[in-house]
Amino acid sequence: MAAPLGQYKMVLFARTTDKEILRGAQNGGIVTALLSYALDTGIIDGAVVAAPSRSKPWRGKFDPWRSEPIVAMTRDQLLSARKTGYNISPNVMMIKEATRSYGLDRVGIVGVPCQIQGVRKAQLYPIGMRGVPDKIALVIGIYCMEVFPYQSIVQIVEDHGGVKMESVEKIEIGKGNFTVVTERGRTIQIPLNETRDLEQPGCHVCLDYAATLADISTGSAGSPAGWSTVFIRTKIGDEVWKRAMQAGLFETKPIGQVEPGLGAVEKLAVEKITRNKKTLEDRDFIGTKGLRNPYITT
Amino acid sequence: MANKITVGHVHMSGCTGCLVSLADNYLGLIKILDDYADLVYGLTLADVRHIPEMDVALVEGSVCIQDHESVEDIKTARKKAKIVVAVGGCAASGNINRFDRGGQHNQPQHESYVPISDLIDVDVFIPGCAPTPQMIRNVCVMAYLLLRGSDDQKALAAKYLKPLMALAKNPIASKANFNTLMQEVINVGLCMGCGSCAGACPVRAISMEFGKPQGARDLCINCGACYSQCPRSFFHFEVMDEYEAITDIINGAMK
Ligand code: SF4
Ligand code: SF4
Ligand code: SF4
Repeated sequence: MAAPLGQYKMVLFARTTDKEILRGAQNGGIVTALLSYALDTGIIDGAVVAAPSRSKPWRGKFDPWRSEPIVAMTRDQLLSARKTGYNISPNVMMIKEATRSYGLDRVGIVGVPCQIQGVRKAQLYPIGMRGVPDKIALVIGIYCMEVFPYQSIVQIVEDHGGVKMESVEKIEIGKGNFTVVTERGRTIQIPLNETRDLEQPGCHVCLDYAATLADISTGSAGSPAGWSTVFIRTKIGDEVWKRAMQAGLFETKPIGQVEPGLGAVEKLAVEKITRNKKTLEDRDFIGTKGLRNPYITT
Repeated sequence: MANKITVGHVHMSGCTGCLVSLADNYLGLIKILDDYADLVYGLTLADVRHIPEMDVALVEGSVCIQDHESVEDIKTARKKAKIVVAVGGCAASGNINRFDRGGQHNQPQHESYVPISDLIDVDVFIPGCAPTPQMIRNVCVMAYLLLRGSDDQKALAAKYLKPLMALAKNPIASKANFNTLMQEVINVGLCMGCGSCAGACPVRAISMEFGKPQGARDLCINCGACYSQCPRSFFHFEVMDEYEAITDIINGAMK
């Protein structure tokens, strides 16, 4: 792996000028605004995104803490897919579905770094991904430190936090805490080092934080409240970003100007990569034979 | 172009779906045949009776060990070709032929089928059923660059092909099925639930349970696609970080 933040053409702070999107956004509303713009302008015909689970209803509606991939083809679908929990949604399984069953020619996809790795592998080595490689039109990555299996989220909220899942209004992971806010406004903070063991084990061998293989990657790290940091990485990313800027879709600030900035993103990336490289090394000493490292082929 | 490589399609026990997949590159196939490769052998496509010398043999199908002619043919293909590619699940991992029990007119005793790497050394695996047109295309372009490219192109092609060559040398890959994904990824704590495997499966045998793939093993046909598509079976940053450049090279070659 190259640098912890990967290759990029440009990095900046941004937030969308689309008030409807910004109102419900976790940060600068970058992902929803970009996808909605890309849908409107025909850059993509649909986007694979994580949406609240339909198969397991919750409080009589879709379960926001359990995510499932959908192929969103309207702005409304994108808006309804915004508030999802910190469990992984198997988004990559939908890219072939999007091209084959939905018949889309230009597919957008959002994902955490490991999913973007899956998308790029599907493009370079499309072993079981017929028709997919040439139809991926926009790949947006979201920074990621780790995720939790849904059952771990239940355990953290109910056993560690002492509140029922049904009462949860908001879950936030960051600044060292797993934070739960209930419907009635109670805030519970559980230090992340107490929840570490409940994380998805596969995350502990993950060597990408900033979605270095995406066209555009974004997240809240490093940015002032209400804004996002955005990396423009590829030619496609650059082109789409320029068009969106011309359309007045985003306000931006240069990243040098505001604290905490790029250093904060880099610090998180280095922290994650260092810790997980250690896990990979430790795996060599599980038992007397060790366990396989997926990044090395002899 | 004078400097084309020579390619043959060697047909063992397979359904011709691999060949159809190659053809499904449409104009891309014409481009490959115009600029990069001469087709010197192919049952349905070239009027040549005996397997000739060639740079690349694209082998489709498993070998029936009771069919002596097939056993001879696969040995000949190995001798005559610089690079032997197992194209598709049947050649790479046995695929649906694993379930064959014979009984077919007029050779009912033809009942035992093996992937070609059980009998000969294979250089490159392209798993999947059918293998995708784009994957076959990528390997054709990379094989050309490996044999005829500049030094830089040779190095890049070697890097790109390395994991597919490692698969060809890995006894696990020649027995690949859902269990392989289970044993090599999920059971050893590497799965992160991306769903690539479920997307890759041609028979929709894979669903997600507790965020991890679960296989309907009765449906699995042993094509090996899930295992090799998984970003945690192999993932080489030195190739993947060059994702954009490699895509440009492949697209450029097909223009
Ligand atoms: S930590 Fe890595 S493996 Fe886990 S969800 Fe995030 S990107 Fe995927
Ligand atoms: S492709 Fe690999 S990492 Fe992704 S869900 Fe399947 S087994 Fe897990
Ligand atoms: S589970 Fe599906 S993709 Fe995996 S080997 Fe079986 S048939 Fe192929």
